[in-house]
Amino acid sequence: MGPLLAVEDLHVTFDTPSGPVAAVRGIDLTVGVGECVAIVGESGSGKSVTARALVGLAGVDARVRAGRLDLAGRDVRAYRPRDWRRVRGRLAGLVVQDALVSLDPLRTVGAEIGEVLAAHDIVGRRERAGRVTHLLDQVHVPEPARRARQYPHQLSGGLRQRALIASAIAGEPVLLVADEPTTALDVTVQAQVLRLLAERRAAGVGLLLISHDLAVVAQVADRVLVMRDGRIVEEGPTGRLLQAPQHPYTRQLLAAVPSASSRGRRLSEPARVRDGCAVPALARTPLPARPAVRPDDTVLDAVGLTRRYGPHTVVRDVSFSVARGETLGLVGESGSGKSTVARLVAGLLAADAGTVTFESTRWSGVPERARRPLRRRLQLISQDPLGSFDPRYTVGRLVAENLDPGPDRTERVVALLRRVGLGPDLLDRHPRSLSGGQRQRVAIARAVAPRPSLIICDEPVSALDVRVQAQVLDLLADLRAADGTALLFISHDLGVVHHLADRVLVLHDGAVVEQGPVGDVFSYPRHDHTRSLLDALPTLVTAG
Amino acid sequence: MSLLRAVARRVAAGLVVLWAAATAAYLALLAAPGNTVDSIVGDGADTPQIRAQIVTEWGLDRPPVVQYLDYLWRLAGGDLGRSYLLQRPVAEVIGEQLAPTATLAVAAAGLGVLLAVVVAVGTTGRRRRWPRRVSSAAELLLVSTPPFLIGIVLLSVLSFRYGLFPVAGDQGPAALVLPTLTLALPIAGLLAQVLRDGLDRALDEPFVLTARARGVRERAVLLRHALRHALLPTVTLAGWLFGVLLGGAVVVEQVFGRPGLGQVTLSAVTSKDMPVVLAVVTLSAAVYVLVNTAADLTCLLVDPRLRRS
Repeated sequence: MGPLLAVEDLHVTFDTPSGPVAAVRGIDLTVGVGECVAIVGESGSGKSVTARALVGLAGVDARVRAGRLDLAGRDVRAYRPRDWRRVRGRLAGLVVQDALVSLDPLRTVGAEIGEVLAAHDIVGRRERAGRVTHLLDQVHVPEPARRARQYPHQLSGGLRQRALIASAIAGEPVLLVADEPTTALDVTVQAQVLRLLAERRAAGVGLLLISHDLAVVAQVADRVLVMRDGRIVEEGPTGRLLQAPQHPYTRQLLAAVPSASSRGRRLSEPARVRDGCAVPALARTPLPARPAVRPDDTVLDAVGLTRRYGPHTVVRDVSFSVARGETLGLVGESGSGKSTVARLVAGLLAADAGTVTFESTRWSGVPERARRPLRRRLQLISQDPLGSFDPRYTVGRLVAENLDPGPDRTERVVALLRRVGLGPDLLDRHPRSLSGGQRQRVAIARAVAPRPSLIICDEPVSALDVRVQAQVLDLLADLRAADGTALLFISHDLGVVHHLADRVLVLHDGAVVEQGPVGDVFSYPRHDHTRSLLDALPTLVTAG
Repeated sequence: MSLLRAVARRVAAGLVVLWAAATAAYLALLAAPGNTVDSIVGDGADTPQIRAQIVTEWGLDRPPVVQYLDYLWRLAGGDLGRSYLLQRPVAEVIGEQLAPTATLAVAAAGLGVLLAVVVAVGTTGRRRRWPRRVSSAAELLLVSTPPFLIGIVLLSVLSFRYGLFPVAGDQGPAALVLPTLTLALPIAGLLAQVLRDGLDRALDEPFVLTARARGVRERAVLLRHALRHALLPTVTLAGWLFGVLLGGAVVVEQVFGRPGLGQVTLSAVTSKDMPVVLAVVTLSAAVYVLVNTAADLTCLLVDPRLRRS
């Protein structure tokens, strides 16, 4: 028997009002029985379009053309919508990211999974409920019968993703296409979902895994294809590709992953490389020297912070301090209370107990009027800058808002934009028309404008591609070195924290379970939770 | 359990609205120029003795607050009082005229929803460009035309020129067709626009991609997934539209010379027949509250996420 999926010279072009746009430009791809092939690329590389084209769902405006497109030995190039319906779910299952929006919120999980069984007449109406329970059990959902009657919003992120996988395997397809199946999941849950996918592969299913995260792919894939601008730039067995990458772009991707080994060096090229240019070999540039941290000079002091929402205590007795120029990492899974701590510290939320002192001034339990003179010394950068920008403001106005008025304000805005690597041509643009990386740079320019002594960064790079993330992290390191600003850096990504932070606080169920210098905590974790976080962390074994 | 509490909360809120509507109408009529006794006397014999008799009989010599509380107490007991003009119980007067208006309103609401769903489902999706443009233009025209004008146009074309339907009156189902259409078309236009917009948005959601990836038919994707999502805003809007339908019926009944609450209300207002006006206002408020409560509860049934809080 030949491969499950054989693709040669696949092109996908979208008809847009401004002319055709080529999203996929001639890629070759095969997936064999029980094989796991991964496509890795950044957003806009065409990897998701490829996944959808393989199940005939590239969209109304898409034109798909291929030299060969065989699914389970059948040529599907001339398939009409009716033929595709028999393929989807039955020959090829699709798992997409973010199960909260990928499962219909108005229908029970059981109804969603049962839909596959009904569409392909797999089991009779009577046996459907039993089969759904069995499927949920197969993907290790506890209490499957009860979960089948629940709605997606009543399930945790990990359970939802499993339910989605259950619905994809309900028709017993020979090929499973998983598009970013673990994005937006915590590391421990991510590890479970990856194990689950590996189980399906062991059962003989061919797996096409699509991800932006090289580390995730390294866990399960047999072969990796690196995709960029609609083309495959490099492919090979996972081990070889990670240890001896041939293409400069692959090398760049690997170097951009923040981790313990990347500490103290740049993640991205110092000069911004334009797309399409030849990428120079990566030099291991060290980060600029920083002014020494002064442990005796405290910028922020939090003591015994506690916050309750109704019967739930989301933050319990959290105490820490940040010294001048220090970077404190705050890690934890979603729901561990990280963001609540950030809001308590920023004075945006009142604590039920505990005190915050900022720049030797009482910061909590005082009216906003008392905080206002010092407000500009404490700035905030959030995960989604778009949500924190007034959409009607231009970039220039957004930054100028944080500066004292004066005749030279525009010049100061331009200087700030230049500091964060943006040109003055962006002054009159609106945040919506910027890329994710540009937006985060604007947010940083705005935050450093009043020369704050502390910046609270709440997941500042979580929504960014790995190379853009690298650039933003380098930028933060540069600014920190130049201004001596202290950072409270909140992230679920242990690699990012390990790369950047001096000390780290591990939060679990609202309480600090471990804290200390980054090297100590991550190398010799004492608490079980820290250990399980580190164990679940997908690590790259690279050339070093 | 939470569903039960939601129902109780909405019913309580409805009662408050009813009380507010009855009180507002009471105050408005009290403030209006003219004397209550004049209204009761009307064109009949007018002597000081008769006037004194009326004052004692209707209890008009009591302080306004007492009269108001008495009115509320009787309203709570279901007693709408007696018409000044017709000297008959208001419940009787309205009861006679309620049936034609209710028939018209229900028929118009039903037809409006049916038309909207058929048009919206038929024209959603990006493949049907032309039907969509045509129906969008027609909807805009219908929504922006005053209903009585639609009625007059329908009358002059279908009744006067072709004689397909009776011009006026309430004889049989044929006479119901044009008034129903007049009321239903603007409703259908507005609802179809909102519904199609909701369908378009729902079809772009990731869960629709998942459903399609399961090999589900496009029709099932539309009806089983997208339509439910699109219905949520539509139901809320429909509740509001049906609430004001009664007001629309008053005008349309005039245009088509139909019996109904429209005629009663008009004559009661011009002759300051306070009990009748109050009853009509309270009745429309009750209908409004009832329909909107039903719409809210429908949303609760459709969307499990709303049941949480």
